[in-house]
Amino acid sequence: MATSSSARLERLALVGRLWPWLFLCALVAFFECWSQVRVGRSFIGSLYNVQAILLAASAPLMLAIGQTFVIITAGIDLSVGFIMGLAAVCVAQFLGLGGPGGLSLAITLVATVAICALPGWVNGMLIARLGVPAFIGTLGMYGVARGAGFLAAGSGMTVPVDHAGLAWIGTGWTPVVITGVLLAAMHFVLSQTRFGQYTYAIGGNQQSAARAGIDVRRHLVQVYMLSAAFAACGGILYTARYGAGAANAGESLLLDSIAAVVIGGASLFGGTGNLVGSLIGALIIAVIQFGLIFIDVNAFWQFIAVGAVIVLSVLIDQAKDKLGNAS
Amino acid sequence: MSTAALLEARGVSIRFGGVEALRNVDLDVRAGEVVALAGDNGAGKSTLIKIVSGVYTPTAGEVRLRGEALPAGDPQAVRARGIETIYQDLALADNLDVGSNIFLGREPMRRLLGMPVIDRARMRAVAGEVLRQLDIHVPEHKLAGPVRMLSGGQRQAIAIGRAIWWNAKLLIMDEPTAALGVPEQRSVMALIRRLRDEGVAILLVSHNLHDIFGVADRIVVLRRGELAGERATAQTDGDEIVRLMVGDTYAATRQAH
Repeated sequence: MATSSSARLERLALVGRLWPWLFLCALVAFFECWSQVRVGRSFIGSLYNVQAILLAASAPLMLAIGQTFVIITAGIDLSVGFIMGLAAVCVAQFLGLGGPGGLSLAITLVATVAICALPGWVNGMLIARLGVPAFIGTLGMYGVARGAGFLAAGSGMTVPVDHAGLAWIGTGWTPVVITGVLLAAMHFVLSQTRFGQYTYAIGGNQQSAARAGIDVRRHLVQVYMLSAAFAACGGILYTARYGAGAANAGESLLLDSIAAVVIGGASLFGGTGNLVGSLIGALIIAVIQFGLIFIDVNAFWQFIAVGAVIVLSVLIDQAKDKLGNAS
Repeated sequence: MSTAALLEARGVSIRFGGVEALRNVDLDVRAGEVVALAGDNGAGKSTLIKIVSGVYTPTAGEVRLRGEALPAGDPQAVRARGIETIYQDLALADNLDVGSNIFLGREPMRRLLGMPVIDRARMRAVAGEVLRQLDIHVPEHKLAGPVRMLSGGQRQAIAIGRAIWWNAKLLIMDEPTAALGVPEQRSVMALIRRLRDEGVAILLVSHNLHDIFGVADRIVVLRRGELAGERATAQTDGDEIVRLMVGDTYAATRQAH
């Protein structure tokens, strides 16, 4: 009897671990059925649809890569949306600098990431050195980056840019591939290296990590710089895709990035989460958003649906924890 | 057993602002010996172990390990010399597995396509080995899960196992049984005795006279920052230790009852 109940618990735990995958499959299956019945063609069999979903997922996912590291350390980065906007404007401005050609694309990209890593460094110093709560420190930077982005944009709200190389980055599958490669690289870092291990250790118990000789402050600063750098990459992709930089490019993506991480199984208390989960979380959000438009439901329903999924995912996580303690 | 002490603290004093938290304290711990540090709250027990483990720098006096002065105020260097401290909160990362905790901050690496990656297979193997050495039984699936799923006694054993794995010569334990149930207290006490028999020196801080008499060879009592007395466990009893801890006045009222 004991074995059968523990087997049941293990089965439940497995479902708890796999539920984001199952939920994603269920969502796709639902839209597929709807599409087959009502329109008579495949939803997910269409390359156009797949590309649209992956493009929609890649924007918040880029922010979610850094956000995953931050949330695992028990922090949060509210500034990523406007750092992304600042980056989007920087790219457009730099390429337009100094005559018709502007700065070279390579210099522009490096400079943009470097400039945008600076607010990440400030975030890290505020949180790790001065003990400012992450929510407050990055909320301050949210304002600063927002203002800086609009100031950098100048009089117009957006800064148009015409650059063939940059446009290529934003065309077709390229943004999806770039996001995928960066995601894979950071998944390796998080799961296989000391940097990743210390990220988890700090989120689990900051004091224990410090006693084990880990330089907690330096690590936290690096994590917030990483988050800002990925926000900058998001901004670059935005400007590349739309041919113009906008200071509010990432405004709506901040909460999507946090939602993706949370749906993916990370706890805001830190210590858990991974990038595969964040990927699934971003895909779930993108499928809901695109799918509801596809079946012609009023677009505002997508906010309600995504909100419900966030709460559901946290409830499942809590149930999973109770299950774990019981076994 | 050698008579020369492994650890010698001589004339240790420390001041925090105007308060002299320790005054001229001597302490010896030999290899293969359990020394209990007893005393009331505020007697200076924690301050003394923090000086030994390198967290605090004493205002006067020094601490020597095998006759060599320990670097004061440098916990990492003290650890490297073989003095491990297990604090009450165990300093485990609860979200990580047993192996990750044993190697926290000192992960073994291997090469994967030329890149250094954490050698998880080795961490798992060592975790199993350490627990076997300590005779702690943890089911296989829990060994791979976060240590928060383990019992208080098992977690205590992991903290001890980590220290031993890194070759601790002297183990400082701060209230090791405070958070444990009775059966787990017993198994931790048994573990301490086994480590002593293997030649590890143990400095035990405890409030619990039962624990102290159950495991210590010698009892050092502090009172208000001073050495109140030192007794071989076999030649004393609880009443005498309490008298040393609280001072004669209280003990006198106790005896009047």
